[in-house]
Amino acid sequence: MRTLCVLLEKEFRQFLRNPFLPKMVVIFPLMIMFVIPWVTTMDVRHIGVSVVDNDLTTASRRLIQKIDASDYFTLGSVTKDFGSSLTQIEAGDADVIVEIPDGFERSIAAGAPEKVSITANGVNALKGSLGTQYMVQTVMQTLAELRGEEGLPAAADLVVVENRYNPTLEYRNYMIPALMIMLLIMICGFLPALNLVGEKEKGTIEQINVTPVSRLTFTLAKLIPYWIIGLVVLAFVMLIARAVYGLAPAGSVGAIYLAAVLFILTMSGLGVAIANRSETMQQAMFVMFFFVMIFVLMSGLMTPIESMPAWAQWITRFLPPCYFVEIMRSVYLKGSLIAELWTNYALLGVFAALFNTLTAVTYRKQA
Amino acid sequence: MGGFLSFVKKETLHIVRDRRTMMIALLMPVVQILLFGFALSTEINNIDFAVTSPNRTEAVRRQVERIAANPYFTFKGYIAPNEIDNALRSGRADAVAVFADDYDRQTAATERGEPAEKAVQLIFDASNPNNAAAGAGYMQSILLAGRQTGAAAPETRLLYNPQMKSAYNFVPGIMGLIFILICAMLTSVSIVREEETGTMEVLLVSPVRPIRIIFAKMIPYFLLSCLNLVSILLLARFVLGMPMSGSLAGLVGISLLYLMLALALGLLISTLANNQVTAMLISGMLLMLPIIMLSGMVFPIENMPGILQGVSCIIPARWYIEAVRKLMIEGVPFADVLREVLILAAMTAVLIGVALRKFNDKLE
Amino acid sequence: MNNDPIISVRELSKRFGSFVAVDRITFDVARGEIFGFLGANGAGKTTAMRMLCGLSYPTSGSGTVAGFDVMRQGEQIKRRIGYMSQRFSLYDDLTVLENIRLYGGIYGLTRREILRRAVTLLDRLQFRREADTLVGSLPLGWKQKLAFSVATLHRPEVVFLDEPTGGVDPVTRRQFWELIYEAAAEGTTVFVTTHYMDEAEYCSRVSIMVDGQVRALGAPAELKRQFAAGSMDEVFRTLARGAKRTE
Repeated sequence: MRTLCVLLEKEFRQFLRNPFLPKMVVIFPLMIMFVIPWVTTMDVRHIGVSVVDNDLTTASRRLIQKIDASDYFTLGSVTKDFGSSLTQIEAGDADVIVEIPDGFERSIAAGAPEKVSITANGVNALKGSLGTQYMVQTVMQTLAELRGEEGLPAAADLVVVENRYNPTLEYRNYMIPALMIMLLIMICGFLPALNLVGEKEKGTIEQINVTPVSRLTFTLAKLIPYWIIGLVVLAFVMLIARAVYGLAPAGSVGAIYLAAVLFILTMSGLGVAIANRSETMQQAMFVMFFFVMIFVLMSGLMTPIESMPAWAQWITRFLPPCYFVEIMRSVYLKGSLIAELWTNYALLGVFAALFNTLTAVTYRKQA
Repeated sequence: MGGFLSFVKKETLHIVRDRRTMMIALLMPVVQILLFGFALSTEINNIDFAVTSPNRTEAVRRQVERIAANPYFTFKGYIAPNEIDNALRSGRADAVAVFADDYDRQTAATERGEPAEKAVQLIFDASNPNNAAAGAGYMQSILLAGRQTGAAAPETRLLYNPQMKSAYNFVPGIMGLIFILICAMLTSVSIVREEETGTMEVLLVSPVRPIRIIFAKMIPYFLLSCLNLVSILLLARFVLGMPMSGSLAGLVGISLLYLMLALALGLLISTLANNQVTAMLISGMLLMLPIIMLSGMVFPIENMPGILQGVSCIIPARWYIEAVRKLMIEGVPFADVLREVLILAAMTAVLIGVALRKFNDKLE
Repeated sequence: MNNDPIISVRELSKRFGSFVAVDRITFDVARGEIFGFLGANGAGKTTAMRMLCGLSYPTSGSGTVAGFDVMRQGEQIKRRIGYMSQRFSLYDDLTVLENIRLYGGIYGLTRREILRRAVTLLDRLQFRREADTLVGSLPLGWKQKLAFSVATLHRPEVVFLDEPTGGVDPVTRRQFWELIYEAAAEGTTVFVTTHYMDEAEYCSRVSIMVDGQVRALGAPAELKRQFAAGSMDEVFRTLARGAKRTE
């Protein structure tokens, strides 16, 4: 126990004396919390629309007005043929083409409207599909209104939508809990790994290896500082989220912290296990980057897991951050209880145990 | 010149001998392009929904069947009104459709032209706003189309990417990310390591000019990156099925330009960092983050606030990704990416200039 | 005081793949000796020493250090030895005193004991004013002396020194050897590798390794007689001439 204290004191002193690390641990979270939430909006707005009006009637003009008035759309131009609208898509000036068929107005009055066709640029799949969806709604709504004016029954009010947990559909609220996770991945995964490989390259680890310090004590002394730093950073960014974005967890802070502890254990364990198996800094970093990239990109942080193909979803089950992402978002936004998410907690616990065992096993004092 | 070549040979040996690093540098991009190319997608699909309906009439059941038949929705069963919150919070359902107990009467009323409201309430878990928005849209259209005789849902289609494969979207982004990471990280670390171990000084006192030593260090990494470029392009074309409808020569050309830029960036980082850890952290975290976040790889640039759009302009990956998207997916002629090429070329020139200057300062 | 050898090695070998780094070496070191472990670069000195310190497992053969088996009781051995590697291995980013406190703490000395020994140590090295200086900013010779003092801080039974005076000026080397003598006088056995042959003369006994094998063993005077040489340097050159391994 005393040995552990002595080693911990050493680790903290070295950390604070490092010209780069303490600054990074402060600046990095600030950057992530202040800048990134403004970037990570996938709100689809300002969809460029080009209308091909083959009808040129009051009804078609009504639809065009409707599109123009919408927040989602920016009406670019009204053309007379599909070809010129297509050129606009190719030039990047429009994302969606709405083609109003000839005889549109007449067909409404007749009670069997001609179909409007919507063509979207699919290069940006999200914009394409959401844009199409918004446009479908706009068209349906306009149709319903026009039908109402013709004395036919309107049906728009029949269905009411309630957006629970995030009523303003703020994408930022969805991303901020995920960004906190990204931060923990970087701080608690990278830094202990770097630290350990650093001792290996300098040769100081060998001096420790000839002392009676046990593997467990040494590994703990390497990990504990980053556990503490991780938890402090988490508290810090949660305060920022509340102060700057007015986002406070709907659920209990305890539920968040329990998951965070398990997750931090997992990540730091992985980092040190990789460092144990690497000979040079370069190797350790490359392997670590490989994992971090997979964690950041595949764990549902950036793009939803449900959108992935089945085999990729299967892989994500082996990625610890997935479970933490699920917990953070649920607790933060929906106020979910630990009992409701217990499988996620349990799996996170399993990963924590697994990676830390790996750490202890891969560290060899004697070769 | 002989001195220069022997340096190139020395560097190549360093790389080839460190087999583990070399394997990682060559295999990592392959794994990543396959994994992310296939897996990443922002497409909206698969919304799990549950239904609350006090009296499950024939009409309600028909509507539920219609929603369940849509590939976007998976029906998770009927639940009681007091279970709604729990189902959403535990993630068992993403949406709940609540049919009013007098649903049949209300729909009949609207058929007759009488006003009606709240026949169906759709409660969405909006923690993911896009899923909720799109899901609500789809579900509404299905519900309305299911009972309205007069309204015809518009026809829809997507251009260029008709199967909505998001691979198309992410491949250029991943290329932008991987090249910078590998080139900048490898060069910066290898230069800093020589400085750390003191071998750099030995090299610098040799009659070969310092600038040549630096180029000698960069050439093998450039070649390594070219191998990566080839493997990524082959994978993109034949495994991911990217269209590559634009000029292939243009694509390769701009990629080579981008590789040079990345190497120059690595050199610059090496002059800023005095040890390997710092070099790694700068080239890793400080490059990776802006590229993922600000280059338009995942998040659309036009949604960002003006200041950040401005910042994104100085991120080389943004221009590279834009050009690759145009060349690979949209198949525009090379002339249409001239702007991007010029910007990248200017950035490369500036970076090389600054890096060399810093490097010389450091020598003195 | 018991008279069993403190280090006893029988047929100890270490192979890396097909390369035999240490080839069946056998020798004893008595308590209180200054034992010089000589050999050219690549002769296998460091590998042999690492096995004795419990840093590396022998491939075959046996050995005991302070009565414990090098194969199975590495951790017990570590409690009883000190080690100074050829790479300087104190923490550059800790101060002199912090390094002393760290290693004192690791070996379980009490706070007060650490302080007491630190004062003695700093006085002996005349380092008092540098107590709060970062080790990284000390000149190499000072670092080496400090590293030795730290390695013997816990009064180990044996201290292993791997080329402790590499790259150090003659005056500092002299001072360094004075430290070694003081430690030996206090009863610590010193096991030192070196390739400075003048230093070999300071040892009570030396062994000379060539190509992974011990080719000569005895007091310097004995060896000079045996090889009919005027200095240890000549003895060494006679032996090294036959070496197959060169670096």
